[in-house]
Amino acid sequence: MTVLMEAVLKTAFPFIVFSAAILAAFGGVLMIVAYTVLAERKGLGWMQGRVGPNRVGPWGLFQPFADLLKFILKEDLVPDKSTKFVYFLAPLVAITCALIPMVLYPFGPRIADPLGWLVPYVADWPTVGPAVSWIAEQAINMPLTIARIDVGVLFILSITSVGVFGIALAGWSSNSKYSLMGGLRSSAQMISYELAMGASIIGVVMLAGTLDLNGIIEAQIRSPFKWFIIPQFIAFVVFLISAFAETNRVPFDLPEAETELVAGFHTEYSALKFALFFMAEYVNMFTVSVLCVTLFLGGWYVPGLGKILEPGSIPYALVSHLAFIGKICFFLFLYIWIRGTLPRFRFDQLMNFGWKFLLPLGIANIIFTILIVYFLNS
Amino acid sequence: MASDVLFYIFAGFAIMCAVSMVYHKNPLYSAISLVGVFIALSCLYVTLAAPFIAVVQILIYAGAIMVLVVFVIMLLNLDEDRRENRLGYLYAVGGGLGLILLAQTFFIFYAVMRAPQQAVNTAETAGKTLSIGQAMYTEYLLPVEIVGVMLLMAIIGGVVMSRRLNQEQIETVVEAEMNLRNQQEEKDDFRIAF
Repeated sequence: MTVLMEAVLKTAFPFIVFSAAILAAFGGVLMIVAYTVLAERKGLGWMQGRVGPNRVGPWGLFQPFADLLKFILKEDLVPDKSTKFVYFLAPLVAITCALIPMVLYPFGPRIADPLGWLVPYVADWPTVGPAVSWIAEQAINMPLTIARIDVGVLFILSITSVGVFGIALAGWSSNSKYSLMGGLRSSAQMISYELAMGASIIGVVMLAGTLDLNGIIEAQIRSPFKWFIIPQFIAFVVFLISAFAETNRVPFDLPEAETELVAGFHTEYSALKFALFFMAEYVNMFTVSVLCVTLFLGGWYVPGLGKILEPGSIPYALVSHLAFIGKICFFLFLYIWIRGTLPRFRFDQLMNFGWKFLLPLGIANIIFTILIVYFLNS
Repeated sequence: MASDVLFYIFAGFAIMCAVSMVYHKNPLYSAISLVGVFIALSCLYVTLAAPFIAVVQILIYAGAIMVLVVFVIMLLNLDEDRRENRLGYLYAVGGGLGLILLAQTFFIFYAVMRAPQQAVNTAETAGKTLSIGQAMYTEYLLPVEIVGVMLLMAIIGGVVMSRRLNQEQIETVVEAEMNLRNQQEEKDDFRIAF
């Protein structure tokens, strides 16, 4: 019986670990996203000489939960003439495509022996002792990434490109002219800026020699520059601008330009379905920030930390992880800052800027990088 | 074992989506079904240890081409398809081609079953980006170059086709554009004066 139990537990162990890791990442990312919304409202309030939300909890800190409760309890209106199936499908597509890249986030470095300190305490216990030592053995060299795949960067790009469907279908199925205009604008915009974004990533991939996100961070640690923002500054600028356009944020928020299109593609959505679109937008902001930090700012790597703390130890991993989150929070703040600063583009300006300025700049950067890599290697 | 189960799940999903793509009368539903087929296919590629192909399948087919198709359907606001009686002979053509395809499938199945079992290359790098890139730029360099030139020709051809104007047409287009701009400027002048 115990042998069978042991076999079953050992088979189920990876599933349990992966489920726990995904749940932890999901909870963490959604908490950060929820508080990004609050930070945005507060920050915009300060920039515009207002107070921002300050009623729910001390300093308005429970506002995200109040918002969530409101979204759940509100009446869910479905337009009479909408295409029902597609109308329900669209928010699901949007939120799914926003959440899937989470499994690839490089949250931190490997931990050499995360549970080794626990084993001596429980060694004498009858069944728990061997179980803990077995788990500790499995956890040696534990990566702080849920899935490490060979084509990480491409995977994230491909999933976000499928996310366009959520917006386009929402615009079409609502059967409203504002929604349709918003959906069309956003698909055109995302297709255009995806090219510039891809072009800006190629330079980094050439310098790193891999598409794996953790591999790119390791390549940055090995390189003399430590952070790829130094040799790839043009690519960084192109990436940052197209990231703003990809996530439909100010100054590229034409799909939901409220002065002309009411609320764009989600005009006809209410209650929890609207909340899903809203969440998808902020999770996409988080994903793009993760990509930006990983490709250009060394991910979790802090220069000089290896001399203070031993690489592979738990404190090192913890500080690196906090550095990673901190860098992401800087980019999330940048989104808010720019929203409080810049006006919106006109649609033709947006298209001209994407196709006639950003894309050629990205391609010029590729050629420049090819030449540098070629002469460095020869 | 697990990969067998996954194969049947994804293959079943792909076939379901393909059937719904053919049978839906609303072109947008057909397009969505086609996206489902592509996603199921890319999942199959993942189970076959070819992550690069899987990701490229989604990135190019689902993310770029189908977005354009959906875009066009949304722009044109197409009606539902109606049955066309005058194209009855197409049923015969389609049925014949389908039979040929089925025969081919059975032949390939038969040939694979008859072929001697070879050891599969289970090296870690098989199907990964590095090995695909190396194969493309050493062994298959000429086909890659030919495809590149053909795609470039297609792009240039598309631009030329959409811009084919003779001298008179160009003059009329330019004149209309200049008139429009002048009107706009007059309007702006009026606004400023006002």
